[in-house]
Amino acid sequence: MMNFNAIRSIYIFEMARAGRTLLQSIISPVISTSLYFVVFGAAIGSRIQEIDGVAYGAFIVPGLIMLSLLTQSIANASFGIYFPRFVGTIYELLSAPVSYVDLTIAYVGAAASKSIILGLIILATAAVFVPLEILHPFWMLGFLVLTAVTFSLLGFIIGIWADGFEKLQLIPLLIITPLTFLGGSFYSITMLPPVWQTISYFNPVVYLVSGFRWSFYGAADVSIGVSLLAILGFLAICLAVIAWIFKTGYRLKN
Amino acid sequence: MTPAISVTNLSKTYKSGFQALKNINLEIKQGEIFGLLGPNGAGKTTLISIICGIVTASSGTVLANGHDNVKEYRKTRSLIGLVPQELTTDAFETPWATVNFSRGLFGLPPNHAYVEKILKDLSLWDKKDQRIMTLSGGMKRRVLIAKALSHEPKILFLDEPTAGVDVELRRDMWALVRDLRKTGVTIILTTHYIDEAEEMADRIGVISKGELMLVEEKQALMAKLGKKQLTLELASKLKSIPRTLARHQLSLSKNGAELNYTYDSHANRTGITTLLADIKKAGIAFTDIETRESSLEDIFVSLVRAP
Repeated sequence: MMNFNAIRSIYIFEMARAGRTLLQSIISPVISTSLYFVVFGAAIGSRIQEIDGVAYGAFIVPGLIMLSLLTQSIANASFGIYFPRFVGTIYELLSAPVSYVDLTIAYVGAAASKSIILGLIILATAAVFVPLEILHPFWMLGFLVLTAVTFSLLGFIIGIWADGFEKLQLIPLLIITPLTFLGGSFYSITMLPPVWQTISYFNPVVYLVSGFRWSFYGAADVSIGVSLLAILGFLAICLAVIAWIFKTGYRLKN
Repeated sequence: MTPAISVTNLSKTYKSGFQALKNINLEIKQGEIFGLLGPNGAGKTTLISIICGIVTASSGTVLANGHDNVKEYRKTRSLIGLVPQELTTDAFETPWATVNFSRGLFGLPPNHAYVEKILKDLSLWDKKDQRIMTLSGGMKRRVLIAKALSHEPKILFLDEPTAGVDVELRRDMWALVRDLRKTGVTIILTTHYIDEAEEMADRIGVISKGELMLVEEKQALMAKLGKKQLTLELASKLKSIPRTLARHQLSLSKNGAELNYTYDSHANRTGITTLLADIKKAGIAFTDIETRESSLEDIFVSLVRAP
């Protein structure tokens, strides 16, 4: 049994919050991504040779969408649950007839929805700057949704774990941003020396970007099956951590 | 009749090792107003938080209308509304949005007419579209009450509802609580204002250092409190009470320098007139006369200070 009215209420509340903070939740990521397109796509990209038969400007589009998708999913979900903890309104969530599953669906669902919308907006923006083709639109959407949900779950975990605003920024800044920049967003792993190629395969973001890029251009650094397994594995890990948090009441209940 | 709330052998020790509640047993009857009285840090908020599901008990059980608050949490939490002590609100939201949110959160379908009625009852209607952060402290308190009432609870917890609230709002709040009781809602309020418990509650529980010291009908408590003491400062010390005054139940204090008489101030005949006449007849002179009321405060202080 689920409390659908509660899930809907939280979802609407969270989406309304994004509407209030439209500037930081939608416009600023779009502007920063547009700058990447202008610099790498138009200015520098024209001097870089094609990768796997794709113009450099178009090549970086899937990676840039992933970059925004990861950071925004984490930011949205972590803030969504951290803020009630910070101001104390969490009392109402804890005293309401909602299960932890309800809470997770509502918060993660809202955060994932926001970053999916954002990803599609960036995709549309990219189409303005570079010629785009999407070979496997169904797979593209699948990767988009899976990645948004998985990293929203990660953000949700961070929002529960953090006990200060600094910690809320810590993991995205120290781990996620380096991983995305080194995860083949701007280059193909095959361009790297062999040692760095091997090291790169330990970076989970490589699999996300590779799979996502495959859905656009049909070319990938790793096989699509491996990409899919990687993201499903990461999703499973996040779900397990969430289940443990809720079982123990970690940082939510005394 | 099933009690509204039934707490059995409830204890809570926080991770820090602090024991906030020690084996609490308490039953709250349907439809009553129960005043939980205690100094700061006595365990009032911990007790409420456990009943509402915000804090996990170390041991013991809580039933609401006969339902276990852990196993059947959806049932019990739907029954209960909580107005927290701290003014924790979504500062950027409007009263209208936040009250509708609360109703949904507690599993009920939207009902704008009902929310409108609550906001009007709490004089919040003209502020419904303002951001909560722009409202005064008293208005924020009303918003919290509106949120707690949004899902039509059968049991309402008010944790220090009038702390830091002006006299007018305090009156409004009391009137609101009485109106709610008329509709059959059971109300539990915590306070450290004794007069508030005295004014509002049907029964009063006193909690101190995590222990429930006393639970009593307010009338019974008031009867105890209704006792007054008359003290006569004598001109010369008495060794014993003269036999002519034996029928008055007197006692001597301060080595016979004072004569005490305890009486019921609510009684038709306090016996003071005849006592004074008898004292005059016995030829006892006194230099001063004083009457003193033992208040809830006295009882409270003596309970709470007891080692």
